[in-house]
Amino acid sequence: MSETYVSKEKLPGIVEQLMGTHRVFGPILKGQYHQFALLEESADLDLAFRNTRLSPKALFHPHSERMFEFTLEKGNPDAGILKEVPKDYRSRIVLGIRPCDAYAFKLDDRNFITDQFKDPWWVQRRESTTLVGLACNDPCSTCFCTSAGSGPFDTSSLDVLLVDLGEGYLLQAVTHKGEQLMGDLAGGESVPEHCTEQAAALKQSAEAQLGIQFNLDPVKQKSMVELFDAPFWEDVQFSCINCGTCTFLCPTCWCFDIQDEVYQSRGERIRIWDSCMFPLFTLHGAGHNPRDQKLKRVRQRFMHKLKYYPDKYADGIACVGCGRCVQHCPVNIDIRQVARLMAESCVCPV
Amino acid sequence: MNNPYLPYPVKIDSVVTETEDRNLKTFKLVFLNPDDEAGFNYTPGQFAELSIAGLGEIPIGIATSPTEKGYIMFTVNKVGKVTNHLHNMQAGEIMGVRGPLGNWYPWDVLEGKNVVIIGGGFAFTTLRSSIVYMLDSANRSRFGDITVVYGARSPGLLLYKEELAAWEQRDDINMHITVDGTDDPNWKYNIGFVPAITKEKAPSSENAYAIVCGPPIMIKFTLPVLTDLGFPAERIITSLEMRMKCGIGICGRCNIGTEYVCKDGPVFTLEQLSRLPNEY
Ligand SMILES: Cc1cc2nc3c(=O)[nH]c(=O)nc-3n(C[C@H](O)[C@H](O)[C@H](O)COP(=O)(O)OP(=O)(O)OC[C@H]3O[C@@H](n4cnc5c(N)ncnc54)[C@H](O)[C@@H]3O)c2cc1C
Ligand code: SF4
Ligand code: SF4
Ligand code: FES
Repeated sequence: MSETYVSKEKLPGIVEQLMGTHRVFGPILKGQYHQFALLEESADLDLAFRNTRLSPKALFHPHSERMFEFTLEKGNPDAGILKEVPKDYRSRIVLGIRPCDAYAFKLDDRNFITDQFKDPWWVQRRESTTLVGLACNDPCSTCFCTSAGSGPFDTSSLDVLLVDLGEGYLLQAVTHKGEQLMGDLAGGESVPEHCTEQAAALKQSAEAQLGIQFNLDPVKQKSMVELFDAPFWEDVQFSCINCGTCTFLCPTCWCFDIQDEVYQSRGERIRIWDSCMFPLFTLHGAGHNPRDQKLKRVRQRFMHKLKYYPDKYADGIACVGCGRCVQHCPVNIDIRQVARLMAESCVCPV
Repeated sequence: MNNPYLPYPVKIDSVVTETEDRNLKTFKLVFLNPDDEAGFNYTPGQFAELSIAGLGEIPIGIATSPTEKGYIMFTVNKVGKVTNHLHNMQAGEIMGVRGPLGNWYPWDVLEGKNVVIIGGGFAFTTLRSSIVYMLDSANRSRFGDITVVYGARSPGLLLYKEELAAWEQRDDINMHITVDGTDDPNWKYNIGFVPAITKEKAPSSENAYAIVCGPPIMIKFTLPVLTDLGFPAERIITSLEMRMKCGIGICGRCNIGTEYVCKDGPVFTLEQLSRLPNEY
């Protein structure tokens, strides 16, 4: 696949070119934190970021999505009948996404796109988007992508990879879609000598910095029921306050609720992010709640990510190692520690 | 692109109050568009999401059998927001149905077998569908003996009373209707809890499968009876309930371990459940 070089002073021009043909989303500094949003002008883009606080999942699965609309007007023949809502599926580029976050979409695809049912909004946004990723030269102490099936230069879910070489960026096409995008660009330069080697060295040092922080192979051997009944969940859940921050920030937490909202005589059916950390999530109308205790909810989150998901799809875990939940949990619960407990604790009955 | 979240518009054709406490009503629905009806191909054991614009959706078992054409039927217990509103709706009003959803009772496996149906309370809905389906003249010969134990707290709380009486008259189905208690001197059927009546009637487990649906307490006490009668866990089938939203295995709400009850279920054998976490 082809490579191009873009020096940093030429980048705004390239971004403007892209903005002429696509809607371009990228990391923008909003207050204290970066967040993925639509670029109004090329100067909005700020690639000097480590990662965004909120994952970019909202680009495909918005925090709140209008699913349908309806009228309740008396006498209107359509009253009470749900209608689809027009959506903007013009082609777009997500620029500067981290490789782990892009990999999350691939893991989430298995949930939103199945043989039997396809989530129409997810599918159409995925199809209309080109992902231009930014390699991580300098991962955080909370990152562990290399232990979660991804990596700082992981191209498995990207169309183009950008590598920051100090003075400029190396652009590597990954997919046909990426190749096309790069082919259409004017202003790219031929790759200066040693750049490819420099990128490879950066990759190696970033990977070495991350290391392998846990090994989940033993979890595969243990049965669901055995892990479910393990005594260590008592300790894991002890300090959790069920705030839901971890699920809100996580790129692979996709759970949602569906609600109807009505204003006077018109209304909408919307879906909104939800969290398995909240007791209402599983409360039956008749009062029974299968996850009525905090322990059960905390266990569900980790079991889903590290056991149910891998068992259901035969590979991968529902975590990309972005470290957001580790960074922002108010009581310092660390999924890496839980992974080690699940792998290493002897949960056999004594 | 086909949108699996979009309900088919339907009209309420009739509403029947089933029980003397007026908490259960049966809604007969007809599709507004004939194409939608043709697309709604269901099998007994499946459920659908009933949709009321402005209030939301609820998962409800399909109480009709696919052998009954021209309408679909749901029996709904009044418990919360959507069910209360539905109970106030009337014939002629428009609502929505999304489905059919979930898996079904394993009819291919049940072929040539004796079938024991055990139901309690209002969980009898998909069991009604199953009985009507098996008794249909085109299907009856595909199954062996059919035995039904169905109980409610009192005679006034039984569902589908006229049909129960009609099935009692047939000689190709063994009906054992029971109530926990009654002061009706003319009560002609059994008195006793479902597990006790099951034990007393002792349906043979030979070449037989049991389908058990009802409140958790009934299931809990019926299972040991079935085990004593010789039913292995692979031949005891049940249908589970979970809070649901999407009904298509996407919103992440209704899992037990790896399984989404809305898509991989709601029908499971006891053997399948024994390999899943006990969280339902
Ligand atoms: C597969 C299946 C089949 C069912 N079949 C029947 C039936 O035939 N007859 C019947 O009366 N009831 C049935 N139920 C239970 C019925 O779905 C709930 O009683 C109903 O959703 C409560 O809605 P509500 O709005 O009145 O209650 P609220 O407590 O106000 O609930 C709010 C919302 O939460 C969700 N919800 C709440 N409780 C449940 C629940 N137990 N299961 C699923 N979603 C829930 C619904 O979206 C509901 O609108 C079934 C449930 C499942 C899962
Ligand atoms: S962020 Fe921490 S405290 Fe909050 S729900 Fe998650 S694990 Fe619990
Ligand atoms: S579980 Fe934590 S580390 Fe893993 S993807 Fe989600 S937020 Fe990132
Ligand atoms: S109800 Fe959404 S996954 Fe089952």
